[in-house]
Amino acid sequence: MLNLANYGRVLRAAITGALVMLVAACAQTQPDGLQGNGVAPGTGQDFVVNVGDRVFFDEDQSTLNAAAQSTLSKQAAWLGRYSKYTITVEGHADERGTRQYNIALGARRAQSARDYLVSQGVPASRIKTISYGKERPVAVCNDSSCWTQNRRAVTVLNNATQ
Amino acid sequence: MSDLNTRRQFLSRFSFAAVIGFAAFCLGVASFGQSAKALVEIDITQGQIEPMPVALPSFAADGGDPKLAEEMTGVIAADLKRSGLFRPLDPASFIQGNMSVNTTPRFGDWRTIGAQALLSGSVVKQSDGRLRAEFRLWDVFASEQMLGQQFYTTADNWRRLAHIIADAVYERLTGEKGYFDTRIVFIDETGPKNARVKRLAIMDQDGANVRYLTQGQNLVLTPRFSPKSQEITYMSYEGTDPSVFLLNIETGQREIVGNFPGMTFAPRFSPDGQQVIMSLQQGANANLFTMDLRSRRTTRLTNSTAIDTSPSFSPDGQRVVFESDRGGTQQLYVMNADGSNAQRISFGPGRYSTPVWSPRGDLIAFTKQHQGRFMIGVMSPEGKGERVLTEGYHNEGPAWSPNGRVLLFFRDTPGENGGPQVWTVDLTGYNEQRVVTPAFASDPSWSPLID
Repeated sequence: MLNLANYGRVLRAAITGALVMLVAACAQTQPDGLQGNGVAPGTGQDFVVNVGDRVFFDEDQSTLNAAAQSTLSKQAAWLGRYSKYTITVEGHADERGTRQYNIALGARRAQSARDYLVSQGVPASRIKTISYGKERPVAVCNDSSCWTQNRRAVTVLNNATQ
Repeated sequence: MSDLNTRRQFLSRFSFAAVIGFAAFCLGVASFGQSAKALVEIDITQGQIEPMPVALPSFAADGGDPKLAEEMTGVIAADLKRSGLFRPLDPASFIQGNMSVNTTPRFGDWRTIGAQALLSGSVVKQSDGRLRAEFRLWDVFASEQMLGQQFYTTADNWRRLAHIIADAVYERLTGEKGYFDTRIVFIDETGPKNARVKRLAIMDQDGANVRYLTQGQNLVLTPRFSPKSQEITYMSYEGTDPSVFLLNIETGQREIVGNFPGMTFAPRFSPDGQQVIMSLQQGANANLFTMDLRSRRTTRLTNSTAIDTSPSFSPDGQRVVFESDRGGTQQLYVMNADGSNAQRISFGPGRYSTPVWSPRGDLIAFTKQHQGRFMIGVMSPEGKGERVLTEGYHNEGPAWSPNGRVLLFFRDTPGENGGPQVWTVDLTGYNEQRVVTPAFASDPSWSPLID
């Protein structure tokens, strides 16, 4: 059901099962941002749906491409607006590497996203990082359509109510 | 037992919480006189080996529990068979029946069915509740006894007793230490692939007696046995940062290793068991540190803008092999134990990782990735003589048997319902065997033999 052309949309949908239909529908018609899609501004749902909570990496890489930088810039703006949140940036790797290296690679990716957020004005004191290596895949097939989704850094709001 | 030799020999191997008190005695020669030269021996330095046909008639119960005697014999036979060096003969082919430790073999009968070695034994439950097991190993060609021993232990130790007897047979026939009376610590994996529950677990090397050491609340990874004590070091996701922990499996006592400002991972003991070597994540880089478990002192070994991880000491403690991407991709490096003079040793095509130094010192086992395939291989500490032992979709994380003959690793299967399983392969690259576990299992590590 996943194809590469729209995996970004589908990924957002994968955040929570309950959001699947909503996100898919919105993604057809709305660009990212604070739109009137029924999601309360400033909530965790707003962050996931309208900003995008994750960025993706090439194989064995931790550099941020243009899409990742754009998402992180939006995250930084949103976090500037809603300053009550602290965040944890989770770094992840796909399953096509060895365990220990992937733990460090995930940490590198989290660090890369963190550094970018700091460069965009998010205070370092609000950001924690953690790596899960290849231990927490979101997509479980065994081809690149899944591996691209798993090579990610996810920004998690620590004290989100919704 | 007029032929009992009274020379006592204590087996103080790997004592385990409820498993103590083995005493072994040598059984003297029954009737043929000790001869200096046995005809039956295996040269295990060769590549593919024709397994030695051995006859393992059920131990006699001597009025005791014949089911126990049969099960013990079955465990011995399974150990020897799994080693790939022995071929237990079908009991239906046996001509001489009712064998016990006191039976004089009719060697012609055993030669007729092709047996080269014969194990006869008895296991009796004594009035004090303990088991007494005795066995004799016979050289069928030379018509003489090669080995005779007697053991006492508690009844619930019967499997362990069988492994100790299998080790004695293995050692007598191959000239190398056995590895059957050992355990494997590993990560038990249950639940769907995107929500795996991982538990620290331990089992006998044949997959029996699985026990869970953690209950799955925290993600746990990469357990490693201490070479000297009943301790395991592993990584656990708990507290502020995921960290390396130390667990005493006899007492259950647990502690965090060191007080590092960040995530620590990829731990392994030094050969004397007094240090833990591991990676500390510092920003985008991972560097190697040791912590002395007595002084609590931590020492930095590497300081690179790279991922330095999976360190493993040489058995003499003088050097460390590790993986690093300092040259661009994961490769293997050997340095002195103080961190000096790191030299790259892997130069083949592909990425090399998870190096482990053989307990014999002469080889380093590793995972290698090349063109989407994952291999387990070995090379010398100088990087020479690379050999791939197994390859496929995903093989990872070799761990040595204590005698350096066999490698454990895990093999992952692809897809939504796939998962890792624990396998063994001989140093020769032959004799791949799965170790049956209750669920998916990864990150196996072998216990030492302590004697």
